[in-house]
Amino acid sequence: MRNNKLLHIITIVTIALSILIVSAFILFFINASDVMSSWKKGVRIMAYLKNNTHEKEFPELKNKIIDMYGVQDVTIVTKEEAMESLKNQMSRQASIFENLRENPLPDAFEVRMIASTQNWEKIEDLAKNIESLSAVSDVEYGQRWLGRFTSIFTLFRLAGYAMCVVFFMASVFIVANTIRLLFYSRHDEIEIMRLVGATDNFIKAPFYIEGMLQGAFGGVAGIFILFLIFAVIAANIEQSSIAYMFDIRFLPMEVITGVIFCSIIAGWLGCFLSLKQYVKN
Amino acid sequence: MTKKNSNDQIIRMFHVYKRYGAKAALFDITLDIYKNEFLLVTGPSGAGKSTLLKLLYLGEATSEGQILIDGMNLTRITNNQIPYFRRMFGIIFQDYKLIPTKTVFENIALVLEASGKKASYIQKKVNSVLRTVGMEEKLNSYPPSLSGGEQQRIAVARAIVGEPKIILADEPTGSLDSDSANIIMNLLLDFHKRGATIVLATHDKELISNSNGRKIYLKQGQLQQ
Ligand SMILES: Nc1ncnc2c1ncn2[C@@H]1O[C@H](COP(=O)(O)OP(=O)(O)O)[C@@H](O)[C@H]1O
Ligand SMILES: [Mg+2]
Repeated sequence: MRNNKLLHIITIVTIALSILIVSAFILFFINASDVMSSWKKGVRIMAYLKNNTHEKEFPELKNKIIDMYGVQDVTIVTKEEAMESLKNQMSRQASIFENLRENPLPDAFEVRMIASTQNWEKIEDLAKNIESLSAVSDVEYGQRWLGRFTSIFTLFRLAGYAMCVVFFMASVFIVANTIRLLFYSRHDEIEIMRLVGATDNFIKAPFYIEGMLQGAFGGVAGIFILFLIFAVIAANIEQSSIAYMFDIRFLPMEVITGVIFCSIIAGWLGCFLSLKQYVKN
Repeated sequence: MTKKNSNDQIIRMFHVYKRYGAKAALFDITLDIYKNEFLLVTGPSGAGKSTLLKLLYLGEATSEGQILIDGMNLTRITNNQIPYFRRMFGIIFQDYKLIPTKTVFENIALVLEASGKKASYIQKKVNSVLRTVGMEEKLNSYPPSLSGGEQQRIAVARAIVGEPKIILADEPTGSLDSDSANIIMNLLLDFHKRGATIVLATHDKELISNSNGRKIYLKQGQLQQ
């Protein structure tokens, strides 16, 4: 065991690096999601009504929309109000509007969503539901770029999962390799244990403990390094001018626990795979 | 040694062969060993003495024939049962086979830990066998720091600590000076007096002529009458 110190260190460092990369990704992802959902708070759906819709129908329509899943509030924007704001926005080209005999703009509802239910699918679902109302002619949910961004984000998340799997496997592999080398280096000792009546489980137990300890140490070290890096970055952001845009946070406790747990599992699994091959006489 | 009645065999070998590849190391061995017997397996180097002992503790598989130990047919013992089966034996080797990275105490305690004994019992029992072999002062030493004779005493302590029915000793005095060899032989004789069956393989002429036990003689894998 003494001669194997270097081997242990290399294993733990490798696991620590894997954990560092994976948890850095998770950290980024968690904070990016926070930022995204604060952006999405601005998501509104505009529902334009058909021309022949009478004002008397508005309250009933409004109630129908309010009852839909995920709706926070609904504001009526009459065509007169819409025209007013258009005129304000285009005050320099006011002459365009002078020739209009009739207001061509439709009445509309502005629908805002509850922040917690916001994901892209839900927004689309709600928009479809609103569009299916007979009085509604058209639905617009502005920030299409947010939709595109969301799908890139989803892609990014899938890549993240794949990365987790790759690094998990790398950790399993390195532990398996270490345990295999340890096992060979203790070959004589194991032979003696067999001769005095030790069972396979008795012989394997210390290797499992070692594999899981390597996983645990690697996991803790990886998270600790990430925390140091995070602390430096967070301090820099706080002092910078973009501080108001972000409210960054470290990994929540349950994620840290989960990551270290996975790391221990990787140690266990590496050991299992390695010993499955080598213990049988 | 007086002739025992036939219920007293603890080890029975019937027409046992052992081949390593094409080479026969043991050839048609039929042999009974009786309870509480002190049997010397003698013969020149390469005669098959070690092989015979290995077949008994399932260190090697028998090629042909049948071995019964304490009524158990060895061919029926599965891989999972081997560890439990081996606890019936205390085995002593010419090269001691102590674990160099464990202390004397740990080396001996290993036997009891492997069979799931309680820590308090292990503590007591290991200290007691260390006294028996006169090595109580060395319990925290590592085997490489001990002389050959001392290491072999530790190996004897390890062999008897589990109170086995049978001691298998393969050239236990082979690499020792005669004083150390006498100590080892006396320890084995003591344990024999307490009821154990001892099977000792040796080609040491002096040891053979000084011993009272039954002697069998192997030559080129065959039992000589
Ligand atoms: N593992 C093995 N593989 C091949 N041949 C072996 C092996 N072990 C022993 N032998 C051969 O079997 C014969 C008996 O060996 P062994 O039982 O060690 O004799 P002894 O202990 O009487 O000196 C020898 O010829 C030896 O070379
Ligand atoms: Mg031999």
